[in-house]
Amino acid sequence: MNTTWRVLLALVIAVSISACKTTEPAPDTTTPDTTETKPATDVTTAAAPDPRDYTDARNFDNSESLLSKRVIYFDFDKSEVKAEYRPIVAAHAAYVSSHRSARVTLEGHADERGTREYNLGLGERRGNAISGLLSAAGAMGSQLDTVSYGEERPVCRVSDENCWSQNRRVEIVYTAR
Amino acid sequence: MQKILFTLLILFVSQLAQAKLEIEIIQGNVSALPIAIIPLQWRSADPPPQTGVAEVISSDLYRSGLFDPLEERDMVDRPVDAESIRYGTWRLLKVDYLVIGEVRDAPGGTGYDIVYQLFDVHTQEALLSQITTVGLGDLRFGAHRVADAIYEKLTGVPGAFSTRIAYISATGTGNDQNYQLFVADADGFNPQAVVGSPEPLLSPSWSPDGQRLAYVSFEKGNSAIYVQSVSTGQRELVSSGKGINGAPAFSPDGRYMAMTLSSTGNPEIFIRDLTTGQKRQLTQHWAIDTEAAWAPDSQSLYFTSDRGGKPQIYRLPVAGGNPSRVTLEGEYNARATISPDGSRIAMAHGRGNEYRIAVLDTDTGRMRILTPGVLDESPSFAPNGSMILYATREGDRGVLSAVSVDGNVRQRLILTEGDVREPAWSPVIR
Repeated sequence: MNTTWRVLLALVIAVSISACKTTEPAPDTTTPDTTETKPATDVTTAAAPDPRDYTDARNFDNSESLLSKRVIYFDFDKSEVKAEYRPIVAAHAAYVSSHRSARVTLEGHADERGTREYNLGLGERRGNAISGLLSAAGAMGSQLDTVSYGEERPVCRVSDENCWSQNRRVEIVYTAR
Repeated sequence: MQKILFTLLILFVSQLAQAKLEIEIIQGNVSALPIAIIPLQWRSADPPPQTGVAEVISSDLYRSGLFDPLEERDMVDRPVDAESIRYGTWRLLKVDYLVIGEVRDAPGGTGYDIVYQLFDVHTQEALLSQITTVGLGDLRFGAHRVADAIYEKLTGVPGAFSTRIAYISATGTGNDQNYQLFVADADGFNPQAVVGSPEPLLSPSWSPDGQRLAYVSFEKGNSAIYVQSVSTGQRELVSSGKGINGAPAFSPDGRYMAMTLSSTGNPEIFIRDLTTGQKRQLTQHWAIDTEAAWAPDSQSLYFTSDRGGKPQIYRLPVAGGNPSRVTLEGEYNARATISPDGSRIAMAHGRGNEYRIAVLDTDTGRMRILTPGVLDESPSFAPNGSMILYATREGDRGVLSAVSVDGNVRQRLILTEGDVREPAWSPVIR
């Protein structure tokens, strides 16, 4: 009896520890602490751009920087830019206004619901919403272009909300950096 | 010999075409007229076509939902002329109308004569006695003409079987996408690609003479409106300004093209004088104004606008004035199309995640939902107003369906390949 309890207790502890492990956030390799313990990678880390320096073009490929995020998502039949995406738009505004040769096309898209020509209008309205925020933050009109594809270029082709939410988007496309 | 080779070629091509579209009736009509189309006697030296003329006529009449043609295997008798018709037999088979005839070489050898007669089994009277002459490759077209004549004689409404349909088909995924604008016979046979592009094509619209198609193409990176001749393929770029160039619609009188342009900053309805090329802006509002559809008299336009918060249908006199709201029921009404007599407005009617084709009676203001959904759009009236062609989805691909305006008969046209959408039924081609 006693041994059975012990075995059970050990099992419970083992299970809860492994459960804890799986629910922990991803290993903190991104924190500065980790790089300090790995001197071999120190050199490249030092040369890497500050992810918050949005005037640095190297951040377009730096997954830690907002400049690497270039798709903004929208609610159904809406073109309001949600608060969670405003920092991304601000980062691109900082880049575009500090690089006058940069050119950006805002490609507006809609999900498949509703009619195709109305969705062309909706995609354009979304593109204009991003364009407006970029202009307000210092980008020049000549640097910005909006193209609406409506529902014609979905990234996902299943008729459900998960898919639709990925298709209701504006893609920030740099034609010149 | 040359004629035989040509006929064989036609047979081959039409077989290819037959592989493309199949038609299936989803819902029938119990009060359909019983009729028997006896296989026409083949009196030409050429080999007979794989699909007989009578079979094409029968399937046309069947698809309309108003007829119930007798199947060939149930035809116990095959009269060749008026004298050999045993009316008692047909009455026993509960057949009300009978068609007999033959196909022979047209004088001069450049085509065929379809010689046929329509009889009323009860009065034993010949209701029609006609010859339809067609070119060598046009037997199916000839059969559609015969079906049109029978349909008109027995329903009082001109048939629409010898008309055509245009539609967009998309194949491939990712960077391998290919869009094609097709024109096919009204029964889906004989599809011909009019234009193809790796970039999206949309919104095909017929000219009132049925000779040209306007459409939107993204081949230049942004939307642009083209007008193309169906027979010669020759085309003209009509609009490629900044922003949207969309929703082209020829006026029924052929003088104007309505279109949506967003050169002013947001989508507005414009009309372009097709003679002078001059444009006039008809709407001026921050809302999305698009999808203009002409009233049959070319004096007013219906269009989609979200000026009230959600997309609804509005009406605007072409001469000027304020738009008035037409649809009062439902949260999403868009892409209106007007019946040829102006008595009905068909549209995409959305509720939650379901989109169906609805028809508004312009006299009573009554709205009726005709299709089961769930993503039905792009309604287009047959030129005789009897049916509405529309786009629907099956699984993850688009197919075309047609529904009778009373909602009683639905048929599905399946393109075996690709995502098919945006059907546009041609006017009657004279």
